[in-house]
Amino acid sequence: MSKKIMIVVLTMVALSAMLVAGCSGTSSITIGGSTTVQPLSEAWTETFTASSDVEISVQGGGSSAGVKGAAEGTLDIGSASREMKSSEEDEYPSLIVHHVAADGVAVVVHPSNDVSDLTLEEIRDIFAAGSNDEWTVINREEGSGTREVYEDIVMDGVEVAPNAEFLPSNGACKEKVANTENAIGYISLGYVDESVKAIKVDGVVCSEDNVRNGSYPVMRYLNYITDGEPEGIVKEYIDYCLSSDGQQIAADEGYIKLN
Amino acid sequence: MMSRYSIDRWSSRAVLAFGITSFVVLVVIAAFIFRESLPALQEVGLFKILFGTEWYPRYDKFGILTMVVGSIAVTIVSLGIAIPLSLGAAVLLAEVAPQPVRKVVRPAVELLVGIPSVVFGLVGMVALAPFIADISGKGSGSSVLAASIVLAVMVLPTITSISEDAIRALPPTYKEGALALGATHWQTIWRVLVPSARRGIMAGAILGTGRAIGETMAMVMVIGNSPIFPTGLFSTARTLTGNIAVEIAAAVGIHQSVLYVTGLVLFVLVMIINSASLLAYKRRAD
Amino acid sequence: MRVSPQKTEKLAFGAIWASGAIAVLVLVFIVGYVVVRGAPEINAEFLFTPPRGGLGGEGGISSCIVSTLWIVAVTMLLLTPLGLGAAIYMAEYAPENKLIGFIRYSVELLAGVPSIVFGLFGYAVFVTAMSLHFSILSGALTLVCLLLPFLTRTAEEAMRAVPRAQREAALALGATKWQVVARVVVPAAMPGIITGVILSIGRAVSESAPLFVTMGGSSHMPDGLMSSGRTLAVHVFYLAMETNALEKALATGAVLVVLILVTNLLTNSISRRLQARMMGAK
Repeated sequence: MSKKIMIVVLTMVALSAMLVAGCSGTSSITIGGSTTVQPLSEAWTETFTASSDVEISVQGGGSSAGVKGAAEGTLDIGSASREMKSSEEDEYPSLIVHHVAADGVAVVVHPSNDVSDLTLEEIRDIFAAGSNDEWTVINREEGSGTREVYEDIVMDGVEVAPNAEFLPSNGACKEKVANTENAIGYISLGYVDESVKAIKVDGVVCSEDNVRNGSYPVMRYLNYITDGEPEGIVKEYIDYCLSSDGQQIAADEGYIKLN
Repeated sequence: MMSRYSIDRWSSRAVLAFGITSFVVLVVIAAFIFRESLPALQEVGLFKILFGTEWYPRYDKFGILTMVVGSIAVTIVSLGIAIPLSLGAAVLLAEVAPQPVRKVVRPAVELLVGIPSVVFGLVGMVALAPFIADISGKGSGSSVLAASIVLAVMVLPTITSISEDAIRALPPTYKEGALALGATHWQTIWRVLVPSARRGIMAGAILGTGRAIGETMAMVMVIGNSPIFPTGLFSTARTLTGNIAVEIAAAVGIHQSVLYVTGLVLFVLVMIINSASLLAYKRRAD
Repeated sequence: MRVSPQKTEKLAFGAIWASGAIAVLVLVFIVGYVVVRGAPEINAEFLFTPPRGGLGGEGGISSCIVSTLWIVAVTMLLLTPLGLGAAIYMAEYAPENKLIGFIRYSVELLAGVPSIVFGLFGYAVFVTAMSLHFSILSGALTLVCLLLPFLTRTAEEAMRAVPRAQREAALALGATKWQVVARVVVPAAMPGIITGVILSIGRAVSESAPLFVTMGGSSHMPDGLMSSGRTLAVHVFYLAMETNALEKALATGAVLVVLILVTNLLTNSISRRLQARMMGAK
C-alpha cells in the first residue's frame, strides 16, 4: 500500500514540476474581442508568427469584451468592429483606437428567398416587428460591435423586437440564416459566402467598392484597441497589420483595405 | 522525528483547517457575488430588475423577469417529461426487469450521467431543432420544447438511479407482505413500494430540478436566447443561466453588475429548492 | 373496478418497459449520432493539429486536448488534498453540533449552485481581482471550488462506511487518532475515495460554462499555467456556435464521449477490484 502511495506522490511531484517548468517566458500576446475581426486577426497572426518568435492567441467574445479586456488588462489588444462609445471613452480614457481595416455589414437571407432588395425603412420595420409567420429575425448578442453599428445606422434608435433569436457571433448568425428558410439577419461583409444571400439595401449591393465610396450605408472601421501607446511586440504586430502586406491579407480575407 | 503524539496534535489542527474550506469557499463566493451585485442593486433596484419585463441593456432596460419565467418554464416542462420516464425506468430496474436486461440498462443510464452537457446541446442543435422546425413549420427549431427535451434527457439518469436505489433500499417485507395479501406485482409496486420510497424519489427529483435550473451551455445552443415571455412550446426564450453566459464577456458597469444580480437570483433559487427538500426530508423522518 | 388488476398490470408494465427502452434508446441515439457522424472526421491530423479558426472550422483539436489535460492536472492537484482533508475532518474529527450541521448544509448548498455562477465568481476573483486573467490557472481554481463539495461528500461517505469496529480495534492496540485515520480508515475507504477522484476528473473534463468564462477560449497550444485555452467541451460549443463545421463538433464530442466511457469503465473496475481485495484481505 505504501508503495502505491509513493507512486501517487511522485506522479504529483512530477506533474507539478512539469507545470512549473511550463511557465516559461516565451513572449506572448493576447488579442480578443470582435468576432468580425477574429478571422482577420487569425490570418494576420498566422503570417506574423511565422517570421517572429511570439505566441499570439486570438479570442472572441464580442467588441464590448474587446474594449473591456483591453481596459482591464486581460487582453493585450482588444478588437472591436465599432468605435468606442462615449461612456467607454469616459470610463477608460487611456485607451487608444487604431483603425486596421474597414468592413461593411451585409443584410442576409436564405439563398432560396425571393427577396433581393429592400429599403432601409423596410428592413427596420422587419426587425422592429420581430419573428412572425413571415420572417425569423436573427439578432446578435449585446456585446456585438456589428450589432451596435447595425442599430445605429439601420435601426436608428428603434428597438429590435425581443422575440428575435439571439446568437453570439457572426458565424452563428450566418449558420442560422443559411439553415432557416425565412430567416433574416446581418453579418460582416467578410463573412458572406454562397451559403447566404446578401440583399441590396436601397438598391445598393454590399460590396467593397460600394462601402468604400459610401453608397452602401452600413459601414464601419475594424479597430485594434490598446491601453496607451503600443510598445514592443504589440507595436510590431500592429505596424505589420497596417503594412501593405498586412492590408493585402485583409483584402484577401474579404475585408476592406484602409486607403 | 516527531513523536506520534505531536503528529496527532498537529494533524487534527491541519484537518480542521481543511474541514472548514468548503464553508469558507461558500461564504467567499456569496460575498463576492453580492459585492459585484451592489452597484446594480443600488442604481437600478432589485424590484426593477427582478420584475422588469424588458431586457435591452443598450437602452438601460434591465428587467430579467422574462428569463426567470424562461428558466422556470423549461424546468417544469423538462421535469414533466423526465419524472414519469425516470420513475418507469427506475421501477423497471428495481422490480420488473430480469438480470440480463438490468445489466444492459443500468450501465446505459449511468453512462448518460457522465456525458458533457455540450454534447447534449450539440445533438439537440443538429438533430432535434431541425426536426422541431419541421413540425412547427416556422423558425429554426430553437424553442422551449427543444430545450426541455434536451434537459429531460440530461436529468433522466439522475432521477432514475436515485429512485431505483430508493426502491431497492426498501425492506423486502413490504413487498412480501403485499404479495402475501394477494396484490398483483403492479399493485404492490404502485401502492406500496413507490409510496414508501417517496423520500428518495423526491430527493432525486429535486436533484434533477437543480440540475435543470443550472444548465447553461446546452440552453444557449437550443433555446434561441430571446428575452421574451415564452408564448408556447415552440416559442424561443432565454434562461437566467444563458443570459449570464452570453453577456458576461462584454458587459461593463451596471450591465455587468446586473449579471451578478442574476447569479444571486440563481443562488437564492437553489437555496429555496434545497431548503424545500430538507424540509420534506425532515417531515418524512418524523 | 372496470378493468381487472391483471389488465392494469399488463398496461402498467408495458409503460414501464417503454420507459426503460426510451432511456436506453436515447443513450444509443446520442452516442451513436455523435460517433457515427463524428468518427469520419477523426484522424491523425485531427488529433494532432490545433484548430486554425475560420468559418470552416479548419484544423483539429490538439491544443484542446492539451488544454483539457492541463486543466484536469491542475484541478486535481489542488482538489484532491483539499477534498480529502475536508472529508477526513467531517467524517472523523468534527463534533456533531449545530455549527457542523450548518457547515454540512453549506456544503450541500454549494453542491447545487449552478456552474455558471461559479464562472461568475471565478471571473470576479481569479480573472480580475487576482489578475490571473484568462488562464488555465483561473479555470482550474474555479473548477476546484465547483468540485470541492462533491469530492468532500463522496470521500466522507466512503470513510463513514468503514465499520466502527476497525477504528476501535486500532485504538485498543494503542494507535493515536491520526494513526487510526491515516492507516486504517483512509486505506479502507480507498475504493470509494478513488471512485470520487475519478468521477471528479470526469466532471472536470465535461464542464463547459465556468471554463467558458474564465479560460478565454484561445485555440492555441497552451504553454504554461497562465496561458489562455479551451478544453474539448468548450471547443464543441465554439465550433457549434461560430462555424459550420458541425462534423468537427460532433467528432470532438465523440472524443469526449469516449473519454467519459473510459472514465466510467475505469471507475467500475477499480472499485470492484479494490472492493474484492478489501473483502478478501480479512
